[in-house]
Amino acid sequence: MKAIVIGCGRVGSAVAQQLQASNWDVTVCDENEDALGRLGEQWTGGFLVGHGMDFQLLREAGIEEADAVVVTTDGDNTNLVIAQAAQKQFEVPTVIVRVLDPARAQFYATRGLRIVCPTSAAIETLVSAVRKAEEAPV
Amino acid sequence: MYVLIAGGGKVGANLTRSLLRAGHEVTLVEQKAYRFDKLEAEFEHQVIRGDATELFVLERAGIKRPPDLLVAATGDDEDNIVICQLARERYGVGNVIARINDPRNQPYFDLLGISPTVSATGAIMGLIEHEVPEHGLIQLLELRKENLEIVEVTVDKGANCQGKRVRALRLPEGARLISVVRDGKAEIPDDETQLEAGDQVLAILEPGKEDELRRVLLHD
Repeated sequence: MKAIVIGCGRVGSAVAQQLQASNWDVTVCDENEDALGRLGEQWTGGFLVGHGMDFQLLREAGIEEADAVVVTTDGDNTNLVIAQAAQKQFEVPTVIVRVLDPARAQFYATRGLRIVCPTSAAIETLVSAVRKAEEAPV
Repeated sequence: MYVLIAGGGKVGANLTRSLLRAGHEVTLVEQKAYRFDKLEAEFEHQVIRGDATELFVLERAGIKRPPDLLVAATGDDEDNIVICQLARERYGVGNVIARINDPRNQPYFDLLGISPTVSATGAIMGLIEHEVPEHGLIQLLELRKENLEIVEVTVDKGANCQGKRVRALRLPEGARLISVVRDGKAEIPDDETQLEAGDQVLAILEPGKEDELRRVLLHD
């Protein structure tokens, strides 16, 4: 199976490494060459330097044959736009996108994007942890 | 008319000024503090500070009314796309205009159906192509949705099509000659029309086939 990870920060690089460990063919794209360092010395997958909005770069990364695309750059709007292109232009079967702003995450989720919103996840965890304290006071 | 403008750089600020002068109601949204302070000194309550890709900021700017027109004029193309999508699809704004900063991002605006778009680079390139006849092909009209464009070609001496009938031209697939202007008179060419030096030919074709058309009509 082939995956493309766009944005090689803490999240993107770890996703790429784990997918590779489970035998996925992974290509990572990041604007910054130094981001390759995050993938560690064991990295044998692809790595392309360039902006994730560049169709040519996405094609070079093999988006036309990709089974999955994970979009995790540090910009919500950049992620949303790239994810929509992966879905509409390249018809990638699985597109998952990280969006930090819960409001935008919610809106785009209603438009058929698969969104992971770490902020919402953190809020839920925090609130439910506090509520548990209420139920069972120490 | 009520206009919401996202992005208070040169484009957004000047647009705000012009629209206000023309008697329209405007709300301008600017994120950066140093710009906002200057804008506020001039536009007072008509500018608000915030990230126009945040829903609550848009709502504070009055997007729920909704405005008659939203202009996404930030310096970031992804932001402009998201602002237009939110405005149209979440808040039912009927008219949006998007600024394109990097012309390489045009396919994204087209793909996501965001139009009309305005790009300074694109506009200047269009003018250059008009001003520089050696270029051969002048783009007259681009029909983005239809994926067609209309170009003008002037047949020069020694051009490949000179003296040939239209039927003998190996035009690119899908391309048609729609008019030939000779001595100031326009005619709709048919297969038998013979092209001569000095003819101004209008052709319709798919974008991307310009080089092919240029080779057929002008020079290799």
